[in-house]
Order: sequence, then C-alpha cells, then structure tokens
Amino acid sequence: MTPEEEAEFIRRRKSRNIVLGLVLGFFAVLFYAITFVKMGA
Amino acid sequence: MIFTGLCGLLAAPGTIHPVIGFTAVLCIALGAGGAAVLNQWWEADIDAQMKRTAQRPLPAGRMHRDDARDFGMFLSGTSIVVMGLAVGWLAAAILAFSIFYYSVIYTIWLKPRTPQNIVIGGGAGAFPPMIGWVAVTGDVTLMPVLLFAIIFFWTPPHFWALALFVETDYAKAGIPMMPVVHGDGPTRTQIIIYTLVLLPIAVAPWFVGGTGAIYGVSALVLSLGFFGLAIPVSRRRSDQVTDKMKAEKRLFAYSVFYLFALFAALVADRLLASFGVFA
Repeated sequence: MTPEEEAEFIRRRKSRNIVLGLVLGFFAVLFYAITFVKMGA
Repeated sequence: MIFTGLCGLLAAPGTIHPVIGFTAVLCIALGAGGAAVLNQWWEADIDAQMKRTAQRPLPAGRMHRDDARDFGMFLSGTSIVVMGLAVGWLAAAILAFSIFYYSVIYTIWLKPRTPQNIVIGGGAGAFPPMIGWVAVTGDVTLMPVLLFAIIFFWTPPHFWALALFVETDYAKAGIPMMPVVHGDGPTRTQIIIYTLVLLPIAVAPWFVGGTGAIYGVSALVLSLGFFGLAIPVSRRRSDQVTDKMKAEKRLFAYSVFYLFALFAALVADRLLASFGVFA
C-alpha cells in the first residue's frame, strides 16, 4: 500500500467511524426516549 | 414507502405519542431497507447483467456478498424487534411478513417465474400504510386493508407505464417482465384494466365511512384522471407511436402524483375532521 493509498484508507475509515458513532448515539437517545414514554404510559 | 407509512399512521383514528410514531416510521424505513438489501444480495448476479443495476455495490464489487446478506438480516431483524418492543407486536408481525413477502415470496420465488411479478411485488409496497395504521389502532380493520389494496392495484399501471418507454434488459437477465413475455398490446390492456379496478377501490374508504368527503371527492377526481390518461395509452401500440411516448410518460408522471395526492388527501381529511372542519 502506497502512502497515498494508506492516507485515503485512514480518511475513509475515519469518516465511516464518525457516521457509525452518530448512528449509535442517535439510537441511544431514541431508546432512552422510548423508555420514558413507555414508563409514563 | 416511508410517506405512505406516515400517512397511514396520521390518518388512523386515535393518537400515538410522537416518539412512538417516529419509531414506527423509522422501523418501516429500516425494514424496507433490510428487504431491499436482501433483494440485492439474492439478485447480485442478475443485477450484474443489466445496465441500470450493474453499478450497485454488489455487482460492482464494492461490497462482499456475505456482508450484504448479514447487513440485510440485521436491519430486518432490528426493525421487527424494535417495532414490537416500542410500538406493538401486531405492527411488528405485519412488518416481518412484508419483509418475508418481498425477500422470499417475491424476490426468490415468483419474480423469476411469472410475468405477473409486478402485481405480486406491488403487495410488498402496499404494506407500509397498513403498518402505520396498525401502529396507532393495534388492530386490522377494513380501512388498512383498503389502503393496502389501493397501492396493490396502483403498482402495475405505474410500473408498466414506465416499462413501455424505458429500454430495459430484463430479457437478457432472464426475468419474465410483462412487456417482454406478452408484448406491448396486452401490457397496455392490463394498464387500463388496473386503472379501472383501482377507481372504486380508491373511493371505497369514503363509501365505508372511513373518511370524509375531502378524501372521497379527491379520490374520485384523481382516479378518473388516472383512468382518463390510461385510455390513450391503451389505444395505441409502441411501433405506431411517433411522439416519443408522450402519453406513456404523462401517465407515469401522473401515477406518481396520484399516489402522493391520494394519501395527502387522506391525511388532510383526517386532520380537518379532528379540528372540526368538514367533520
């Protein structure tokens, strides 16, 4: 793997990880909200 | 599918907490996504033979086939479990059946075997408003069945209008699409029959008292327009057409507008009734 290819690989992995982190955070907030709604029902 | 699912949810009698309603629509979207991934996993070799689909992630080699299968199963399973726990198990059961219907009954079993595949596939796209409705009410009554029937009978003329003017290579891939197997004439005849059958079904929610006049009159006018645009399409043949398929393109564009307007009218009818207008 050339240095350019490695840099591209790291860049793409980083952006994938950011998206995955945001998705996980979103679901954590959603399940938190669902739990409160269900407990209040 | 997300739009019709949301409309089913908003038009249903009763109330749902916004967080639970959002979760229901999200699960419909995740389930539809999961079913689409499983479809592309199964059809990767067919997609590779067709120009329109050859650049999808699997045939283009951007994703491993097993990863796609696992991702599709994960999305489908997650959407069903979350729907069951957060919204209700009847809505989850219908979502599960719709994913099974699209992935197995349609994609694996009937799509490669019958030229009626579009009719059968239409069933899969018809489930979301029913799921949205059931998410609110918790039971299956005549109204969600009618919403299912509307999309079921709308799909064939919508898709076949497109198939008449878009060059496809389904024949090369061995998929028996109606225009390929039975030809131009019978496809055009089927289009007019389906738009005619759709008319009373679209108006039926008004007749059974499930909606008010806003929806009823909208459905009648929209369906007459759909039928009216299908008439010139049914009366000509592709080899005689000299206007670059103008009537077919107009019918396809109208079919998209038709479904959007019909479900928007359904929601408007319900919301205005809840505010005491045209109750």
